Amino acid sequence: MIDSKLKEKIAFVLLLTATIIVIAPVVLITGLILFNGLPAISFDFLFSIPKDGMRGGGIWPAIVGTIYLMAVTALFSIPFGILAAIYLNEYAKRNWLTRAIELAIINLAGVPSIVYGLFGLSLFVEFLGFGASILAGSLTLAIMTLPVVITATREALSSVPRSFREVSFSLGASRWQTVRHVVLPNAIPGILTGTILGLSRAAGETAPILFTVAAFYLPKLPTSVYDQAMALPYHIYVLSTQVPNVSVKIQYGTVLVLVGMIFILNIVASYIRSYFRKKKTW
Amino acid sequence: MVNKLEIKGLNVWYDEVHALKELNLSVRANEILGVIGPSNSGKTSFLRCVNRLNDLHDHFRMDGTISLDGQNIRELDIHLLRKRIGIVFALPLPLPLSVFDNIAYGPRMHGVKNRSKLLELAERSLRAAAIWDEVKDRLETSAFKLSGGQQQRLCIARTLAVEPDVILYDEPCSALDPISTLKIEEAMRNLKDSYTQILVTNNVKQAARVADRTAFFLMGEMLELAETGKLFTTPANKRTEDYITGRFG
Repeated sequence: MIDSKLKEKIAFVLLLTATIIVIAPVVLITGLILFNGLPAISFDFLFSIPKDGMRGGGIWPAIVGTIYLMAVTALFSIPFGILAAIYLNEYAKRNWLTRAIELAIINLAGVPSIVYGLFGLSLFVEFLGFGASILAGSLTLAIMTLPVVITATREALSSVPRSFREVSFSLGASRWQTVRHVVLPNAIPGILTGTILGLSRAAGETAPILFTVAAFYLPKLPTSVYDQAMALPYHIYVLSTQVPNVSVKIQYGTVLVLVGMIFILNIVASYIRSYFRKKKTW
Repeated sequence: MVNKLEIKGLNVWYDEVHALKELNLSVRANEILGVIGPSNSGKTSFLRCVNRLNDLHDHFRMDGTISLDGQNIRELDIHLLRKRIGIVFALPLPLPLSVFDNIAYGPRMHGVKNRSKLLELAERSLRAAAIWDEVKDRLETSAFKLSGGQQQRLCIARTLAVEPDVILYDEPCSALDPISTLKIEEAMRNLKDSYTQILVTNNVKQAARVADRTAFFLMGEMLELAETGKLFTTPANKRTEDYITGRFG
């Protein structure tokens, strides 16, 4: 008996230690960013164009660029991703073709982001002639986000009990009516959550926008989707490696803004999830 | 007497499993046909062929014909067929909607939008399923708030609301207590005048209580079909007798 109590204790300590080790980097990184970055945050830092050769703060164009990129990415990846997921989950028969498509989507999720960047460069920037632009960058990010949106949507659709569909069919409803009135309303929370998380990941990516949209220094706001734009991840890269003598405060301040934006998106996603979970009745 | 359903040479396979073998069966208009038999005897497969719910199954294959009022069901529009042949499942399966929206779901899918028409349909269906008095004051509450027995009668009412000719029951009382079971059986008896009903049940006594005729299925074959009184007193087949007297199954 003593033996089993001892084992219990060892297991507990081991598991707790592992958990602490896992969260320690997150706490450290967040702490470091907040400690070094917060002093930089000011109205002027956030809402003006870069000053002193980007050494004096001013990241408004990069913030706006990132927001534009996210918006256009969402515009492409959300509808296509959700519709494809509905097709795969609700309509497609289980055969070799469906399985091949599923395999392709899984592999798409595993492609390194620099490969997406080069793909975007050759297809959107050069072949289709969009040039380095918000359109090209967003399309590249959208393709990268698609597997996440599709997978999250399919999971959300699959979590709606099969029996709900059978009930709907048994009352003479068509497949689309069943999807529209029974499956989707119950899958929406999961779809939203997964989609937002996919977008928030895309918001922080540097490689895909490197060749397709990101401007080194562009002291004005983009006015159309064919414009180049600054973006926060690339701006951070520039500040820390390309421009000499940028103060640590400015660098961390920029990082804090990007992390903060992603954090807000994630908070929204988990709020949506918990809100609907409370309302869920089955 | 007119036969509502005519089943000829029906065979069902799921992949290589031969679930139903050479079923020939006529269902008379306005009767309650009981179908008894142990698990895996093909009872549910039979039901799910009649309203073509089996078509949703990827590995399903069948041959033979099923006719509704003399028309092959394969030639009817599948949505209209399922509207005419309703089903009540083993577990109470309300949709995650209010009581009223559950009832209105079917009619809405068939294009009924008028609220007063829907309300009238709801009241009529809920009365016929013997649950109106219990839910009339809480039509807007979630169907999940009802008890299991009430949910199952709500499901019957939901089936009635699309105005079918035939109602299939797939072990409708298997998850219910005896009192709820009696209420469902009472509802079935009240529905006799207007509907043809097929009751698949694991509960032999339930068939004895409500069915006009009873069929005994075993391992995918229908071994016997007779008036309920006859089947339960003088079964022609030895295995039927063994089953109803509780020697197996």
